[in-house]
Amino acid sequence: MALYPRPRSALIPVLHLAQEQDGYLTEDAMVHIGELLDITAAEVYGTASFYDMFFREPVGRHLISICTNVACMINGAYELVDHAEKTLGIKADTTTADGEFTLEEFECLALCDKAPCLTVNWRFFGPVTNQDFDRLVDDLRAGRLADVVPPHGTLCRVRRTVGLPAQVPFPGREGDPMKKPVRDGDGVGAAAGAPAPPVDKRTPGERVAEGQQPAREGAVPQVDESAAQILGPEGTDTGPTAGGSRAGGGT
Amino acid sequence: MTDQKTEQEQEKETVSIVVDGKPVEAKPGELVIAAAERQGVYIPRFCYHPRMRPVAMCRMCLVEIETPKGFMLQPACYIPVKPDMQVITTSAKVKKAQDGVLEFLLINHPLDCPVCDKGGECPLQDQTLAYGPGESRFVEEKRHFAKPIPLSALVDIDRERCIQCDRCTRFAEEVAGDPLIEFIGRADELEVNTFPDHPFASYFSGNTVQICPVGALLARPYRFKARPWDLEQVESTCTSCAFGCRVAVQSSSNALTRYIGIDSDPVNHGWLCDMGRFDFEAVNSADRLGKPLMRKPGAEGDEDELVQVSWGEALGAAADEIERARSVHGPGAVAVIGGARLPNEDAYAWAKLAKAVIGTDNVDAQLGDGLPAELVLGLPRASIDDACSAPAVILLGPDLKEELPVLFLRLRGAAINRDMPIVELAPQRSGMSRYCRTTLAYRPGEAAALARALVEGSESDVAGVSAGAIAQARELLEEGAVVVLGRPSLAESAESIAAAAGALAKLPGVRFLPALRRANVMGALDMGMAPGVLPGRVGLAEGRDWFSGAWGAVPPSRGLDAAGILAAAAEGRIQCLVLLGADPVSDFPDRQLARRALAGAGSVVALDTFLNPSSRHATVVLPVASYAERSGTTTNIEGRITRLGQKVVPPGVARPDWMIAVELGARLGDDLGVESLEDLWDEIERLAPSHAGVTRAMLADRRHRDGVVAPIADGRGPDAPPSGAAAPDTGASETGTTEDGAIEELKIIDPMGTPGLLATAAQGVPATGVAAADPRDLGSAGHGDGGPRPPLLAFSAPTDYTPPGVDAYSLRLVAHRTLYGKATLVQNAPSLAHLAAPATARANPHDLERLIAGGGSRLRVRSRRGALVLEVVADAGVPRGSISIPFNAVGADAGELIDATRPVAEVRVETP
Ligand code: SF4
Ligand code: SF4
Ligand code: FES
Ligand code: FES
Repeated sequence: MALYPRPRSALIPVLHLAQEQDGYLTEDAMVHIGELLDITAAEVYGTASFYDMFFREPVGRHLISICTNVACMINGAYELVDHAEKTLGIKADTTTADGEFTLEEFECLALCDKAPCLTVNWRFFGPVTNQDFDRLVDDLRAGRLADVVPPHGTLCRVRRTVGLPAQVPFPGREGDPMKKPVRDGDGVGAAAGAPAPPVDKRTPGERVAEGQQPAREGAVPQVDESAAQILGPEGTDTGPTAGGSRAGGGT
Repeated sequence: MTDQKTEQEQEKETVSIVVDGKPVEAKPGELVIAAAERQGVYIPRFCYHPRMRPVAMCRMCLVEIETPKGFMLQPACYIPVKPDMQVITTSAKVKKAQDGVLEFLLINHPLDCPVCDKGGECPLQDQTLAYGPGESRFVEEKRHFAKPIPLSALVDIDRERCIQCDRCTRFAEEVAGDPLIEFIGRADELEVNTFPDHPFASYFSGNTVQICPVGALLARPYRFKARPWDLEQVESTCTSCAFGCRVAVQSSSNALTRYIGIDSDPVNHGWLCDMGRFDFEAVNSADRLGKPLMRKPGAEGDEDELVQVSWGEALGAAADEIERARSVHGPGAVAVIGGARLPNEDAYAWAKLAKAVIGTDNVDAQLGDGLPAELVLGLPRASIDDACSAPAVILLGPDLKEELPVLFLRLRGAAINRDMPIVELAPQRSGMSRYCRTTLAYRPGEAAALARALVEGSESDVAGVSAGAIAQARELLEEGAVVVLGRPSLAESAESIAAAAGALAKLPGVRFLPALRRANVMGALDMGMAPGVLPGRVGLAEGRDWFSGAWGAVPPSRGLDAAGILAAAAEGRIQCLVLLGADPVSDFPDRQLARRALAGAGSVVALDTFLNPSSRHATVVLPVASYAERSGTTTNIEGRITRLGQKVVPPGVARPDWMIAVELGARLGDDLGVESLEDLWDEIERLAPSHAGVTRAMLADRRHRDGVVAPIADGRGPDAPPSGAAAPDTGASETGTTEDGAIEELKIIDPMGTPGLLATAAQGVPATGVAAADPRDLGSAGHGDGGPRPPLLAFSAPTDYTPPGVDAYSLRLVAHRTLYGKATLVQNAPSLAHLAAPATARANPHDLERLIAGGGSRLRVRSRRGALVLEVVADAGVPRGSISIPFNAVGADAGELIDATRPVAEVRVETP
């Protein structure tokens, strides 16, 4: 909270932390956050309910969000949704009985060039065929993608470990700190042996595997701009200990 | 209204714009929508509200504004004027935009107008008719929500009707500071709602109903009660507290149906608190007294009981009681407590009856919960606007949110929008503390020492406040201050606060805004309903000649205040106690004394609207007309005199208090010399020096619809007319004619700002109040017969006050009021009564740990007066060494512990 000019500015990051912890935003969490930030629970709720990435009901271990916006729709997104519903045996916006999967339709995921696309726990896959989808589900079930797909709720596995005032240049990075931070890859560690789903030529997992390195600053130049990369959200930075970061989430 | 200089300065700086080809002079920074409106160009709108920041949510106000790229559609509510700006409000493009916006807004609107409370006064209806396309292309299913769900105990929401204008949510956050309702969800799922199980428990929730431009927000007490076209209305002033919010009192079939806040610029800005808004239910109550009652022996030796009698019998009995007491024991054996509920005219009539006819000065409109009258009347007075535009405010008074709620809103607004520093001197945190630059939490009983340190500086800690904190607060006061003065705690004596006021009065240029809350208490004090004063803010000694001449007699010496009267009554020295709408058993801080007094008084004559714990013990009970059942005038904390309107007739044979005074006067062998309210006001204007020049004509003049601040002589009241304008030229405006001269002065009321007002006004019901001006206007020339008009009371520092020593074994009691308590009005308004909670004690967590070491949550609190067993909770807002207990809670409360003779109540606490 100290990073922000006013406590309430920390609302969204704190909501993400709460969601990472519980998988969704419990009422208790929202009340507690309100107390922390000196705002009312209603204000927390108003913000939390605005964003599609915040959940107010329990979500499965894997959140599959299929884009049904224009580009993906034209490329068969609804067929993919139908197929997904059949494969998982649930309707969109519900969760499997075993709590493994939640399926939802989503608006443009900004991966239009790989339509139809989807995310699993906010990690990109695309284009995805019905067969790809089934394999993806199998792999997820078997835990083979654990390195690529972090537990639901994890924005970024890499944590800022020191409280940097927002304007101080990031260590190890040159240039203007106010410039858009380079997107950092989030896939940490090698996805050794993990048979990644055959999406695209290079899947995120492969990409990471090839690089043998977490996609840090040094790795960035290789990343093609529109890549189906596993992206950390803008602005979350690795900080000095990025390389040695722990797997986040679930804690 | 700001003071004249700045207004003139602002006047000079204008920005010229062109609206529909006509030149318009606007103020710098003014929004296009407002500038156009002042010139009579009405731009339709939903989300814009003149008292809130614009958000441009609804797009209804789109107009064409010239930009470097040519004319573009822009929201007039969001764009400030710029020099030579060109605005077009009537083009085909604008019309098309309006059509589109309305068609869009109606996509999801259920169109259930026939069963909607707002139907008939609904901005959405009206503007759809005036600006809409007339039909919709939308055939799909509308969105559905469960029909009204409660947002709070008082407000329901029908989410289907909501057009998402953000007025209610903005109000809650921006004006009330209670952001408990929010937009939840997004897009077509957007709804206004609360957090689950966290109701919209704001003291100001009713305002959201008032400003909602559709029928989405519904006030439970009004729901399905009436249709707007069946309502009649009259302009009046709320008297549920002394702030004096202007209201439109609306009724249907001789029952009050609702109050709507009128936007009075110097006072309430259109807002009301929920107590003031909804306690009209008490006026309608079936339990109202409609017949005089007299105590008679019960049948066959049963206990005495109150039985219905005729007015003649009751008045005769009351006069007999007074006469017997007076003739046998002298006039001092008669005492009058109360009068704050009365309008000015009635208070004057009763002051005259008591002081001139009966001859007693044992008269007090306050119930030991206020401040000495001489102090209040003598201090240099600030207006509400003065306080809100001051360089700084010192708040030494009650929790304003609980006692003068809309004053809280005004000061909160100033603190937030102007960054005005507020220095709070309080024995515990209040609803205001959050908005204060600093809260100096002093040890109860030691306010005066802290005030002195604040004025003079201090090297050491004072009253439990650190020297550093005092020094910081002093810095905030360097450019002067207005003091908001009242009683921070009823367990701390008035003398302590008076001494503090005396100290603060030494600040250069300081002015005081009294924070006394009881209805028309300021008017009652002005009218002489207190010991040692005579009508018109005159001391007994100074006014003796003047009033002896006019009245025939005045009491020989200063009498007793409420505490003195009750103590004397308890000792059997008061033979006849008159309760003028007062309930000392519930309201006097020292409840035990009040009970003993009622038992000890020879006889009790009560004038009241309900039987309450005090009037239940009366010998004679006279039923009186209440608020909205009679006209008159009332005076608010700043001395603003406004008119009360009558809308319904009193129950049974209840009548106004002044008539009873006149009747009793006649029976006591002395004619008060008045036959009407008009007579009374003319006499007040003629005799009361503070009210000289405030003629009926002036009060009835539409230019003074916000009232007149007395005295006008010093030209200070915001409404003070230019000298000499008081009397002569008012004849024409008595009916509120729309003559050019008059209408220019009138404030525009935005019909969409307060939807319920204009729709009803359109029915052509005129505002009434004090009868219109009399052609034989008395002007300010009238004089009494006793020589020159006496001077107004001047401030004299009260005698010094020494706080008691600290007793390490006791806690000091802090007793405060809450908005909803056991007050008669609240308890007789079903919608509010259940909001009053039983007393819970609050103590500092450190103390609490020590106090209930054994666990549990209940404590026995014991004082010299009595003991209470209460739930207790930890609250860091209560300083160590104090314990806070509400005063007016239902059931047993702090009143059981307070000893009126002690400067501060000290209590021992133990586990029960
Ligand atoms: S409930 Fe009424 S005031 Fe609130 S956003 Fe909806 S339409 Fe506007
Ligand atoms: S603040 Fe006072 S005057 Fe205003 S509405 Fe409330 S009770 Fe009435
Ligand atoms: S349309 Fe699917 S990612 Fe943009
Ligand atoms: S956008 Fe201007 S009034 Fe709503």
